[in-house]
Amino acid sequence: MEGELVQPAPEETPRDANPANVGLELFGYVGIEAVLDQMRIKTMKTGFEFNLMVVGQSGLGKSTMVNTLFKSKVSRKPTGPGYEERIPKTVQLQSITHVIEEKGVKMKLTVTDTPGFGDQINNENCWDPIIKYINEQYEKYLREEILISRKRKIPDTRVHSCVYFVPPTGHWLRPLDLEFMRRLSKIVNMVPVIAKADTLTLEERAEFKKRVRGLGRESVYPQEDFDDNSDDRILNNKIRDKIPFAVVGADKEHQVNGKRILGRKTKWGIIEVENPAHCEFPLLRDLLIRSHLQDLKDITHNVHYESYRMQRLNESNRLALSPINGLLGKDEVESDL
Amino acid sequence: MAVAVGRPANDELRNLSLSGHVGFDSLPDQLVNKSTSQGFCFNILCVGETGIGKSTLMDTLFNTKFESDPATHNEPGVRLKARSYELQESNVRLKLTIVDTVGFGDQINKDDSYKPIVEYIDTQFEAYLQEELKIKRSLFNYHDTRIHACLYFIAPTGHSLKSLDLVTMKKLDSKVNIIPIIAKADTIAKNELHKFKSKIMSELVSNGVQIYQFPTDEETVAEINATMSVHLPFAVVGSTEEVKIGNKMSKARQYPWGVVQVENENHCDFVKLREMLIRVNMEDLREQTHTRHYELYRRCKLEEMGFKDTDPDSKPFSLQETYEAKRNEFLGELQKKEEEMRQMFVMRVKEKEAELKEAEKDLHEKFDHLKRTHQEEKKKVEDKKKDLEEELSNFQKKKAAAQLLQSQAQQAGSQQTKKDKDKKNSPWLCTE
Repeated sequence: MEGELVQPAPEETPRDANPANVGLELFGYVGIEAVLDQMRIKTMKTGFEFNLMVVGQSGLGKSTMVNTLFKSKVSRKPTGPGYEERIPKTVQLQSITHVIEEKGVKMKLTVTDTPGFGDQINNENCWDPIIKYINEQYEKYLREEILISRKRKIPDTRVHSCVYFVPPTGHWLRPLDLEFMRRLSKIVNMVPVIAKADTLTLEERAEFKKRVRGLGRESVYPQEDFDDNSDDRILNNKIRDKIPFAVVGADKEHQVNGKRILGRKTKWGIIEVENPAHCEFPLLRDLLIRSHLQDLKDITHNVHYESYRMQRLNESNRLALSPINGLLGKDEVESDL
Repeated sequence: MAVAVGRPANDELRNLSLSGHVGFDSLPDQLVNKSTSQGFCFNILCVGETGIGKSTLMDTLFNTKFESDPATHNEPGVRLKARSYELQESNVRLKLTIVDTVGFGDQINKDDSYKPIVEYIDTQFEAYLQEELKIKRSLFNYHDTRIHACLYFIAPTGHSLKSLDLVTMKKLDSKVNIIPIIAKADTIAKNELHKFKSKIMSELVSNGVQIYQFPTDEETVAEINATMSVHLPFAVVGSTEEVKIGNKMSKARQYPWGVVQVENENHCDFVKLREMLIRVNMEDLREQTHTRHYELYRRCKLEEMGFKDTDPDSKPFSLQETYEAKRNEFLGELQKKEEEMRQMFVMRVKEKEAELKEAEKDLHEKFDHLKRTHQEEKKKVEDKKKDLEEELSNFQKKKAAAQLLQSQAQQAGSQQTKKDKDKKNSPWLCTE
């Protein structure tokens, strides 16, 4: 079956009128798959950007966790005297950018920390600065995208993933946690983790997870709506069953069985961070970095950024919806800049 | 609550050293996996005269048979025919669209030959731009129809470029990546070929035609691209028929004097074209189309509509506000035009009415006049009739009178004759 499209007036695009894309047999090797290598080379040359945000009360081990994730001193931990001096009076956001390289792959990593979150006596609206920051990044990107002469590569400062640290109470999620997760999962990929999970036994951990899992599960990354195909769904279902991950962070190495291993040394034993039997840190690392990093970026770009853009453009254009010029060709939507 | 975003540290990016394996070296693989599941798009435009071997070359390049009927030479104008195919090689799915220029070079007057081609390319850009400007858009599963590569087929005359070729390429060079190739290269001898190639390249340069430059900034491909560039334009031969050479079958064209092997680099540059177009630079062609040609089109189009980027310290969303202003202006103009038209219409109607009234009045007058004339005529006729009747009655009277007289006279006459007769006949009449 042929999909012939004759174009007397070249206004039609083949996409509109070509009913059946003909699937053809190749008689021999053409070399189309070389495009994969080309793409790989191109991305290695341009490098990647990744922006991570960590949110949680102070003392939950956020900075340590980031250092463990990226195996380097990404965040500066608060050291020194004066406990009261360290806690800011309001929620502040601090971003640190580093360039890390592994096997030829360069990554520009930006970690945004939120000291002061949830630390006050009255924590009402403490999520507002965070929401504002995230939206500001979207706004910056939108402005760049709208320009007439725009850059070849728009700098991407949008937050790709927000890791929320839940204190290991063992009971329920606190109202603050619920509020925060509910609000933020709408605009950013939310990955909740149980911090300092070495204070929970395995049974307590399972209990805690069971209790918190029902609450707000749909909005947590990876969201079910965005599974591309059945393979993805199977993989993501496995992940969804384990969320929230119970993690332990450590950036010191210790000698275990003759090997140097990252872990926390306590009087009663050494908690190996990368041992799946001890904690779920490897799962978090795999999710964030090894398997879903690109997906996190894609969802941020295709879903969260688009919904921000749509909202923004709609609110600055509340006038009549009549199509104008050649800008608006399609039926239901009005085009705007 | 005040937010202080401290220390973005954009200027000096610190390089960190990793103390162990983190795992983000799998990033390129993640990206590639995503792309393979979505599939790739590649769109080729073939510009060349009818019968120069475009379809055959496409079949040869992609090692398959694209169904198509050869075009006739009777096309009234240049028409673009686009066909999409889905090819799959190992796990890579390619959505290939081949656009053909049907009727190129067949007309007697070729002034406008390039126009449908330019229009087609612009239409694809426009479609993408419209999608990009939508409020609710879905760019990630948009079927990209923008032309990524334009293969320009040069006829193997052996002399120089035709003026049609120069004009067309000049019009296309800012819109698409042009790769010039010499078609049916088996009709040119080797020494002539070299001269022909250099003539073509120098003509292109002297006329300022920008053809696609194979990228030389990436070390892995710089060398091969540089060596290949020297052989531009590629002299190609296309064939889908296989001929037995040695002990294997390979694509070739068989002549009485020998066999031209398509994949033999001594015979033609087909292998080079395939390398450059598909195996080495396909991704770069796509990228150039998006970041250079499309951006240029977008910039020109938006500027043409009156938008400009404001200075950095100016209000935000200048495009938005300019758009609003333009829109209102346009609406206002529309309204004004509508008013004008309405007024003109009313005026015209009035005029027509007045005209009609005049005509009516004239008609009435004429009618009255006619009526009067008619009356007069009638009166005259009546008078005449009366006169005639009078005359007639007079005549009748006279006639009656005359008849009476006559009859009287006759009577008298007959009496007289009788008397005469009697007289004659009386005996008394003596003859004397």
